[in-house]
Amino acid sequence: MKTYYNPEDLKKFSSIGEFEPRLAKKFFDYYGEVFKEGALTEREKSLIALAVAHTIQCPYCIDAYTQDTLEKGCDEAQVMEAVHVASAIRGGATLVHGVQMMNKFKELSM
Amino acid sequence: MFLKFSKQLDLHGLNPYLPKNIEILQVNLGKMCNQTCKHCHVDAGPHRKEIMDMDTMQYCLNALDVLQCKTVDITGGAPEMNSNFRWFVEECFNKGVKILIRCNLTIIEANKKYYDLPHFYKQVQVEIISSLPYYLPSKTDAQRGKGVFDKSISALKKLNEIGYGKENSALKLHLVYNPTGAFLPGNQKALESEFKIKLKNLYGIDFSSLFTITNVPINRFLQYLKDSGNYGHYMEKLLQSFNPKAAENTMCRNTLSVSWDGFLYDCDFNQMLDLKVNSSAQHIKNIEKEILLKREIITGLHCYACTAGAGSSCGGETASD
Repeated sequence: MKTYYNPEDLKKFSSIGEFEPRLAKKFFDYYGEVFKEGALTEREKSLIALAVAHTIQCPYCIDAYTQDTLEKGCDEAQVMEAVHVASAIRGGATLVHGVQMMNKFKELSM
Repeated sequence: MFLKFSKQLDLHGLNPYLPKNIEILQVNLGKMCNQTCKHCHVDAGPHRKEIMDMDTMQYCLNALDVLQCKTVDITGGAPEMNSNFRWFVEECFNKGVKILIRCNLTIIEANKKYYDLPHFYKQVQVEIISSLPYYLPSKTDAQRGKGVFDKSISALKKLNEIGYGKENSALKLHLVYNPTGAFLPGNQKALESEFKIKLKNLYGIDFSSLFTITNVPINRFLQYLKDSGNYGHYMEKLLQSFNPKAAENTMCRNTLSVSWDGFLYDCDFNQMLDLKVNSSAQHIKNIEKEILLKREIITGLHCYACTAGAGSSCGGETASD
């Protein structure tokens, strides 16, 4: 193994069932259902997936969902706004913990 | 490196790959065009001089009778640039066949002599099919040339003004979505819905329906794939997405394509690769329906573009749910 992440591995995702087919099948069936059009469009779901991919910083997911959002007709502004939403939530999540810090700070201070 | 298309058909029991009928005669009136699009499979442009003459057009008119075609699909280049274009369309109209014209929109704005094209189309009840790869200027101009988007919007407004593309109108105006890069088109219905909302809200434009067409890896688009390092990935994606249902409904199984010089092809893409029909009748002047119906369709790696996902043809998806 020369690198932890190999772009070719993304194509092998479906082979994850090799070691445990029963659970893999359940996962992929669920995955397929999740991304079908429902109360949200497939396009909206793809943009959510792209934003989440950035939050969890998964290079496979960023690769897959950049292509998927393109296929679903999203433009540069739309995909970047999705990433900013991810960024704002991630940054906000850090910052909001500042309240906890302030509470503790005040608790310990005279 | 990639599994041959004919082998893929074998694996799905689809050989021999034969036409079901010949319902549409697709006539390429010439390679001359006022645009030079980056993805053009015809390699069309203002520099191209190949133009169908009147004799060949007459053979095409005869062929409509011999083949009992219900539809003539007129394409190019910009077919309007052929000096006998209007005569040919009127003759088709007199035969009572459905007339599809692949109009690039900007031709309507290109020169004074084309300004009345919308009225001509209406007069002969033409169904218009026009490329608009995106509802914003940047992607459209990146694929079709600088300034094409604004001219296309202006032309669409003129077509709308005389009733084309309006709700419940008999005058049909279809738009074509081609991906602006090395990726496949998404769901046709979803993209149509998105285009309808955006074009209406941003420009007040209406249209009848959207056809999603997969870019076929030949000519300029193939060169783009190779130059950008995307060829392998794109082909892999096409192969992974092979859909036997789409392979059953490809346009080559109900369409015959005629080149500017009268030769016959299974489709417009085979025409551009100069893969003539596998038949003793290879020219429009020798047309024989029974012989052509028995021919085996010539396939190649490029055919994977028509069989990927929900399928792709000159009329959009072929294997929608």
